[in-house]
Amino acid sequence: MSEQEKKEDVRIGIFVCHCGSNIGGLIDCKALAEYAKTLPNVAHAEDNLFTCSETGLASIKKAVEEHDLNRVVVASCTPRTHEPLFRECISEVGLNRYLFNFVNIRDQCTWVHMKYPKEAYEKAKDLIRMGAYRAVILEPLDTIIVNVNPGALVIGGGVAGMHAALNLSRQGFKTYLIEKEDKLGGRLNSLYKLFPHDIDASEFVENIKNNVQNAQNLEVYTSSKLKNIKGFIGNYEVEVEQDGKKINLSVGAIIVAVGASLLKPNNLFGYDGKNRITQHELEPKIKNNEINANNIVMIQCVGSRNDERQYCSSVCCMTALKNALIIKEKKSDINITILFRDLYTPGIDYEEYYKKARKKGVLFIRYGLDKEPTVEGNQIKVYNEYIGEEIIIPYDLLVLSTPLIANDDNKELAQILKVPLEVNNFFLEAHVKLRPNDFATDGIYIGGSAKWPVDITESITQGYAAASRASTILSHETIEIEGATAYLPEWNKNLCKGCEVCINICPYNAIKKNEEDEIEIIEALCKGCGVCGAACTKKAIIIKHFTNEQILAEIYAFGGK
Amino acid sequence: MEEASKRALVIGGGIAGIQASLDLADMGIHVDLIEKKPCIGGKMAQLDKTFPTNDCSICILAPKLSECYRNLNITLYSYSEVQKVEGIVGNFSVEILKHARYVKEDLCINCGLCVEKCPMRVEDEFDRQLRKRRAIYMYYLQGVPAIMTIDKKNCLWFTKEACRICEKNCEKEAIDFNQKDELIKINNIGSIIVATGYNLIEDIDNDILKNYGYQKYRNVVTALEFERMLSASGPQEGHIKRISDGEEPKKIAYLQCIGSRTDRGAKYCSSICCMYTTKEAMIAHEHDNELESYIFYIDMRAGGKGFQSFLRRGEAEYDIKYIKSKIAEISIDKNESPIIVYEDLDTSEIKKLKVDIVVLATCIIPPEGIVKLAEVIGFELDDYNFIKTPPFSPVKTSRDGIFTCGCVHEPMDIPRSVAEGSSAAARAAEIIRGG
Repeated sequence: MSEQEKKEDVRIGIFVCHCGSNIGGLIDCKALAEYAKTLPNVAHAEDNLFTCSETGLASIKKAVEEHDLNRVVVASCTPRTHEPLFRECISEVGLNRYLFNFVNIRDQCTWVHMKYPKEAYEKAKDLIRMGAYRAVILEPLDTIIVNVNPGALVIGGGVAGMHAALNLSRQGFKTYLIEKEDKLGGRLNSLYKLFPHDIDASEFVENIKNNVQNAQNLEVYTSSKLKNIKGFIGNYEVEVEQDGKKINLSVGAIIVAVGASLLKPNNLFGYDGKNRITQHELEPKIKNNEINANNIVMIQCVGSRNDERQYCSSVCCMTALKNALIIKEKKSDINITILFRDLYTPGIDYEEYYKKARKKGVLFIRYGLDKEPTVEGNQIKVYNEYIGEEIIIPYDLLVLSTPLIANDDNKELAQILKVPLEVNNFFLEAHVKLRPNDFATDGIYIGGSAKWPVDITESITQGYAAASRASTILSHETIEIEGATAYLPEWNKNLCKGCEVCINICPYNAIKKNEEDEIEIIEALCKGCGVCGAACTKKAIIIKHFTNEQILAEIYAFGGK
Repeated sequence: MEEASKRALVIGGGIAGIQASLDLADMGIHVDLIEKKPCIGGKMAQLDKTFPTNDCSICILAPKLSECYRNLNITLYSYSEVQKVEGIVGNFSVEILKHARYVKEDLCINCGLCVEKCPMRVEDEFDRQLRKRRAIYMYYLQGVPAIMTIDKKNCLWFTKEACRICEKNCEKEAIDFNQKDELIKINNIGSIIVATGYNLIEDIDNDILKNYGYQKYRNVVTALEFERMLSASGPQEGHIKRISDGEEPKKIAYLQCIGSRTDRGAKYCSSICCMYTTKEAMIAHEHDNELESYIFYIDMRAGGKGFQSFLRRGEAEYDIKYIKSKIAEISIDKNESPIIVYEDLDTSEIKKLKVDIVVLATCIIPPEGIVKLAEVIGFELDDYNFIKTPPFSPVKTSRDGIFTCGCVHEPMDIPRSVAEGSSAAARAAEIIRGG
């Protein structure tokens, strides 16, 4: 241990979390805490079953006071979920929130090395030592305060978007709703009845449209497309194009509610758009009394729940039941057979609906992915598991239940908003469990089928939910944002040669040249990702909280056991 | 906007109520959060992990619990119940009964000395009766608020006027046997959100469960019990053992739709069991890589984000076998190992399988006390006693200004409960802000 790290005024406290058995079940946390005590500048170390519990947090605060700590290191799960909590905790006992260092010994250690406890223990020691060395040279930082424009942009005028916009406008926020089609309503416009109460879709959608049209604080732009967005949470400058004309809007938060598209089942089960059609094509036929069939067969999971598209589209079983029930109601002697894999009718009303369809005489035959039905002329062959042999069903109308798929232009929108998509090109939320309607980027929210196929009820829920999340920002005149940003200090300005690599490389457009032709970093836009700092050949840009010195201290600690 | 003087009342401190409270508080609206149990956290706090990411449940919940406790816009009333609601939308008055914990909330530091000394052993509700706790206890390890509670029904002082050992051992002098239940009145409430969660069929009725050998055979447990058995802070400290002999299981069977989707029990689908069962089987497999899992199901319902891939992973990487089937009978052999007789619906054959543990995916039912609460507040219930919501108004109740979220109106998973929590907050904010 070299003497130079021994800093008189630094007193580190290290808290090693068992995380129940997530960490403690694999490696000895008590021993890790004992090891931590041997590191330079460490004034206190302990292990906790759950450092994040109220008891654990009280223990941190107590230790800060008792041992006069001025740096806190927690070795536990992941900063992704827990860093804000621990920062808040130390700030409550008077320490600057940036004097906290997170050491990830769960996600990046015990979880990934689950089968190698000995090696995981050694790695955890390394990580803790590295964290302690970095903690020594952490510096207090200020968070940045920005003003909030109390206006919202909702992208997408379907059922989710309209409910989000209505709610925000009723809360008193100026709201802009943009829709790429020439009218509001989205998929509702092309549906006949809505499950599970068989409410008339056009009445339902007209009613919502009326509410939107009569709402105060709410401006609607149809035939409009988002072209560009500049700015950051609380302060977005939005460029919208309507019929070739540019409109500029200023808002504080953005909601994405662009819905989803339907898969066209080309090459599947002989789809021809005539007597082999999709559920979506069936609806207008039912509405206009154009069903001339005596034998209808519906096939579920067409193009979904397979290797190419693994997911369940979650609305197709109910759609099939709905259309089957309505047809049966109009003409009860039509034979309807539904070929399904697992019938998806969760909850109370949906299961009831399924029962109703069975009672009305709709036939259900289960098939497996290994024995898919085949279409031969006017017959379907399907292996019936109950009787253990293949059966032949004649049809004069074949209806294919195809999944909702991500919109083609999601990629383009994701790029403009700088938000991620998941593997099927649906938008990816911040946390699938606990932040279902947030993006990882604060200030932008998500609801409805843009995120994942959902039915109308859940689209409404999510529309409101996204509005609620946006309101948590819009309700404030100012908000605090992350202080760990890129920074070009006065004393480094002479190092900068004006090469502009940083400007070109910044994914957030946070760097520009000012009137004096000098590099300027707009801190509120900067996410602290560090690419400019790494790219700057003159080392002029400093990344606060991740300075070269701080990173080198970790590397040094790793090598210099 | 931050001057909004009307408050919101949230009843129920599970994940749905927590999300509703946090959103409203972050909008600058004052929230009174009422929780019947000694601590907030609800069912999610009892879970080991959560599907489909297998995040540790309490780990991702804990920051939210703390936030509820610290947020200056939230007043938390734990161990409390709503007694009376008066007024109309936009201006309700509410009376809350705060039960005496017999522990001074401002003095207790949750050091645990009292618990160590308490001579009573009582069945632990949080651990689903799989472990004993003391008469003075912390509701659960990471509970918020982190304050002890004396359970009056079992405390020797209240039952036999003896003991008071906890009082003698409390260095903070936090024990107060003279504490009384308190009636608290809150005025100026613009809107109320009901998020009182759910119970499980085993909480009220064992008739259906008896057919599956529950409480007759020791190695037949319910899914929530199994969740506690998996949990590191649970009764088996994260080592799965058979209740009968403490042996580690090599084969576990999971039975779906217990008490649900049946004319003999609830007709509805409990919505979450297909997914949590797969999760439990995965976690069990992580405890022991040689473990075999069998899931007996009617339909696998996995419509949520990432759910189908989750099932595929279960099959491919965790040795889970999914059997579409009907269960005929469960018996045991001389080692108390359950034997399942079932009809395999893929082959229409009657088969037998001997396993070490059977886990029952029991049906979600409306929460205890909902009928009384419906009377007190004045909203309608459906045929099953879930809160009735009108079509396409998923978080609205039949009474103006009263909203709901989470399983109290329909069985649902955590992401939907969270979305509904936010959704109810948005609706309440509309009213509070006069929209």
